[in-house]
Amino acid sequence: MSENEPTEHPANATVSAGEPRFLTQDDLSVDTHQVVAPDGSYDSDDVPDLDDEQFRDLYRWMLTDRVFSKRMVSIQRRGELGTFGSTRGQEASIIGSAYTLQPDDWLYVGRAWTPMFMRGVPMKDMILFWRGIEEGQQSFADHNCQIAISIGSHLPLVAGLAWGMDLSGDDAIATAYLGDGATSTGAAHEAINFAGALDVPALFYCQNNQYAISLSADEQTGANTLAQKALAYGMDAIRVDGQDVLAVYEAVSEARERVRNGEPVFVESVTYRMDAHTTSDDPTRYRHDEEVEAWEDADPLERYREFLKAEGLWDHIDHDAIVDEIDAEFDAALEEANAFEERGVEETFAHVYEELPPDLQRQFEEFSDLLERRPELYDYIEQRPKG
Amino acid sequence: MQATIVEAVKDALHTEMAADDDVVVFGEDVAESGGVFRATDGLLEEFGEDRVVDTPLSEIAIVGAATGLAMYGYRPVAEIQFSGFLPPAFDQLVTNASRIRWRTRGALSAPMVVRMPYGAGVRALEHHSESMEGAYAHIPGLKVVAPSTPHDTKGLLLASIRDPDPVLFMEPKRIYRSFRDDVPEEDYEVPLGEAAVRREGSDVTVVSWGSMMPPTLEAADEADADVEVVDLRTISPMDTETIVESVKKTGRAVVVHEGPRSHGVGGDIVARINDDALMYLEAPVERVTGFDTPVPLLSMEDYYFPHPPRILDAIEDALSV
Repeated sequence: MSENEPTEHPANATVSAGEPRFLTQDDLSVDTHQVVAPDGSYDSDDVPDLDDEQFRDLYRWMLTDRVFSKRMVSIQRRGELGTFGSTRGQEASIIGSAYTLQPDDWLYVGRAWTPMFMRGVPMKDMILFWRGIEEGQQSFADHNCQIAISIGSHLPLVAGLAWGMDLSGDDAIATAYLGDGATSTGAAHEAINFAGALDVPALFYCQNNQYAISLSADEQTGANTLAQKALAYGMDAIRVDGQDVLAVYEAVSEARERVRNGEPVFVESVTYRMDAHTTSDDPTRYRHDEEVEAWEDADPLERYREFLKAEGLWDHIDHDAIVDEIDAEFDAALEEANAFEERGVEETFAHVYEELPPDLQRQFEEFSDLLERRPELYDYIEQRPKG
Repeated sequence: MQATIVEAVKDALHTEMAADDDVVVFGEDVAESGGVFRATDGLLEEFGEDRVVDTPLSEIAIVGAATGLAMYGYRPVAEIQFSGFLPPAFDQLVTNASRIRWRTRGALSAPMVVRMPYGAGVRALEHHSESMEGAYAHIPGLKVVAPSTPHDTKGLLLASIRDPDPVLFMEPKRIYRSFRDDVPEEDYEVPLGEAAVRREGSDVTVVSWGSMMPPTLEAADEADADVEVVDLRTISPMDTETIVESVKKTGRAVVVHEGPRSHGVGGDIVARINDDALMYLEAPVERVTGFDTPVPLLSMEDYYFPHPPRILDAIEDALSV
């Protein structure tokens, strides 16, 4: 027999007669948390408690994110990268959230690359990842993070990682970064519900950047907001202005605290993907310039600069010098990535299993033998991405 | 002790949960009710609610969370209630569990077991009778195991939980309780990737596994020939050597499986025999399989199921050339 409490919900005690009353989305009031308004104004009382160095740090990481995306798009155009998904426009959303995470936390991301650098991943390894070199993910794993390519597929893993943290009693949380598109997947639904049912320390951070490739967030779901979806799973949620780095930081820091105390949380960060889905995509096919220009006016770095100026912090920031430093870091990373030696075919067979099974051993030997007998096969093997 | 297959599953789980604190058992109805087949009966009482967990009805989350737990250092043993309900979670096996080691160059791995009863013959409605080992064995990075005896069930399950890679453990529910066998009470492993010769013979080789073993052995007994029966035990990675050595000896072969014929494991076994023993063959290799149809519901499933006369007919065909 179950030792659980009786399952009847207290709310069931309220019975209404007369006309049937339906629950509607309008019963919900979903605010969007904001600290600094688009015009740069703010109330000092609302500013999160960070010191001057941390305020400057946030700017530096946002700038890193922007410069990194710009450089990656540029080397892709030159044919030095397979493809790339730019994060331009999402800097506040990405940095404000990742700045709250601790080294033992786990981070599973889609479209958020700088958080890896914040955890100590060398920039070179991110370049390797986008060149289709598996050592990128190896490096991420060494820093408790991974990139998920199959949309939504990582949320159940995050629920499992969080469950492991809970069982171990570790002072850490598992975080999934997901997009608006991911909220429509079955895996996201099951994982968020699962995390809510088991009360594991999982944080679901949804960057609603308005597009899943070409489909707009409006068309992605009939729900008024993505944040409200969490309520159906018994999970608290917050919607935040993703162009306001301080609002994001404050909301996610508080969310992280709640998660640590055994209450999983869902955060919707409202932002905008300024560039294409990846370098292979042409957004002019599905969105208007006017819309993009309107979001240009909501530039997150611009808004944060207004705040820094008002606080008297801007005078201590040499924007151009920081850009030069990030450029130099990127140049060095690219040089290192270029020096990554071409690998033999044995790398493809390695790590499928801990031990190579006989079938794989045989396929490897047969292919190695073929390469030796027909070296012209190498004419068809190109390890450098052309873009 | 004498135990059925489902009792051997339970015994293996008790053994390994007692031996390794990192083993966590979960799935639908596995804790309080002890599983719909009682395979996890008594675990909750013995190991507590942290390690034996009733989950929401969420196959994707069950398999995905198992992968996350394994990445974090645990040894999850997840139950899928019937194999017909695994397909939603196919993505988690293909996308994550089977390739996390490869994707991270060994920095992370997913040592986990997904257990599930499979196969027809229990008079069930739709989606309770599938044998899709061919589909799962097609996933690189995943191991697929299907025991046919209580002794092997315990030893293979212990080996699977301790294996460094993800294992799909397919339990032949048709014979879950149909016979008892001597199962050692102590801890032992039956290694993955090793087939067993169940019956030695010199005229023809019959390869099968899981719930097809009893009808295969029955047909072998009835045949007017000296039949060798190979129980594959692990579908992937496959013990090609045992099959090939047997066929080299007998020169004739029959493969018996319950799943659909086309694109099935049987076709792959025939290809392996062609690769390594073609010149020893005296007759085409026969296949006895389910049809390329959904498994019929209870009223018609006996037409689908490879009963002994079908197997015997194929053995006689292989011997007639």
